[in-house]
Amino acid sequence: MKYLGIAPARPKIGVFDFTGCEGCELQLANKEETLGPFLDAIDIVNFREVTTAQGDDYDIALIDGCISRGDEIERLKKIRQNAKVLVAVGSCASFGGVNRMKNVLDLAEANTEVYGKEFKETLYTRSIKEAVKVDLEIPGCPVSKAEVERIVQHLVWNVAFQFPNYPVCLECKQRFSTCRMEMGELCLGSITRGGCNAPCPAGGLGCWGCRGPAPAPNYKEFLALAERKGMDMQLLAERLNFFGGFEGVLK
Amino acid sequence: MLFKILYKDDFRTLIETAMKSVEVVAPKKVGSNARGKPIHHYLPVTSFEEIDLSYETTEYSAKTYFIPYLENLANYRFGDEDWEKEIQYRFEPRMILGLHACDISGLLRLDKVLIHDKFPSPYYIARRKNTLIVGIDHEPCEGGFCHALGTNVVSHGFDLFLTDLGDRYFTAIDSDRGYILLNKVLTHDVKEKDTKDYLDARRRISDAYTTHVNVHNLPNLLDIEFESDVWKKWGAKCLSCGSCAQVCPTCYCYGVSERVSMDWASGAKVKQLYSCNLVDFAQVAGGHNFRPEATTRLKYRYYHQHRGFVEIYDEPKCVGCNRCGRTCLAGINPPDIIGELQAEVRK
Repeated sequence: MKYLGIAPARPKIGVFDFTGCEGCELQLANKEETLGPFLDAIDIVNFREVTTAQGDDYDIALIDGCISRGDEIERLKKIRQNAKVLVAVGSCASFGGVNRMKNVLDLAEANTEVYGKEFKETLYTRSIKEAVKVDLEIPGCPVSKAEVERIVQHLVWNVAFQFPNYPVCLECKQRFSTCRMEMGELCLGSITRGGCNAPCPAGGLGCWGCRGPAPAPNYKEFLALAERKGMDMQLLAERLNFFGGFEGVLK
Repeated sequence: MLFKILYKDDFRTLIETAMKSVEVVAPKKVGSNARGKPIHHYLPVTSFEEIDLSYETTEYSAKTYFIPYLENLANYRFGDEDWEKEIQYRFEPRMILGLHACDISGLLRLDKVLIHDKFPSPYYIARRKNTLIVGIDHEPCEGGFCHALGTNVVSHGFDLFLTDLGDRYFTAIDSDRGYILLNKVLTHDVKEKDTKDYLDARRRISDAYTTHVNVHNLPNLLDIEFESDVWKKWGAKCLSCGSCAQVCPTCYCYGVSERVSMDWASGAKVKQLYSCNLVDFAQVAGGHNFRPEATTRLKYRYYHQHRGFVEIYDEPKCVGCNRCGRTCLAGINPPDIIGELQAEVRK
């Protein structure tokens, strides 16, 4: 099928998992109504959730998960060498994700707590860009398949992709959700990058900030207004540190 | 203007009759906020019981029924060598019941931009012409300052406009289709007592405003106070989230993007309402951003509302509903900002 008279390129893609729940990879195989055309538009040469193929001949590497072991760094470096374009997929790959919560703890203590006495050596959590050069980050826990589709289209056309530059509030308002903060609940929507179509507030849950900071977030005012509205500041700190995108904003 | 008296039982019959032939949108309670105040939205209703005409205000304005947040301007089908475009202007008729005067004033302002100016919007015109408006008088809402802007009363822009006189409505008729609709039920001629009750009701509403905003000489004042610290103070609070423009009944700025289906066979040109407070609103091709600071963006928002729009259309864009003030998490609101600017020049 040609598009505007031009046959689109069919880029070779490899999908690789590191530390994480693999939910983002599951998202890539989700959205059945367009899954066929999605898989037709690209040539998957390595993706253990959808194919037995294990090729190294890929143009684009999609990385799911964060880095939490030494051997992962070596494996990631090889993938970086093979790929022309490396994309971090999801909040774990983009900023460490939920795993980053352990970075404020003593490593041995954290490992013992989770795995017991005979634990495997782990590292403090790193995002993908803290280990190798990253060309694009797609935040979200999990990523939005609709957004991934748009990004893949841009990769196919070789046209630069632009993430929305607004916070979650815009799309939240545009689907007529009642503001969770107005309901007296905590919501990180006003400082979190939009583009997800605000599903959590629409479902009655304040934003947890899985997509990380919006461009130019106004932390000073956000923290001040949270305090003015009588929000639990300990809960706010926990939520800001939940996905790793807001590290250092509130300890 | 033609006035009639409509008893409430007959009004109910009128609305229930309308529901049989058109979609009726009306204020409906959707919940309560943290302070226990009811939250209302304008929503399609299918029974008279769902409607709450005693509502104070709505979280969102009714503009979405005229300029939707997201709208397909054109749809495309792609062939191997060619493509077809389809544009859809036709909309099913609809009734919006219970609009307050400020929101009808908002539509009159949108009419100026989207019907009467140089580039009429066929999308807007189709929706506006196909929407029957039944407005209603109301007690002042919290923080509302429509009376300062003269938007608390309307003499046109609707089909019917109701003022509650207890057991009956004093009904203004401003269109032939409003007249025809009203003829479907029993109405009465206005008697002396009705007029007296109406004027008393209007006076009571007019005396009930508690938010006072001095808009005297505001366009000139804004020029004089261009460098005021008032902008720095409020600009520092702005979260650049764009919520104010979304709930505003008159903000119409938008962006357009193209969406293509995953099988490359079809596409759409999608209009999305935007906000002048968003960080890239004034960013142009090549990357330069004319207003990278939240302070500047907030200032220009107020300049468009109360100065730029006045120059072109002879009245402010703002209708004083204070939805922006209510929705703003940072508490940025027109009464405080305008009040502080007025205080600056008196120093």
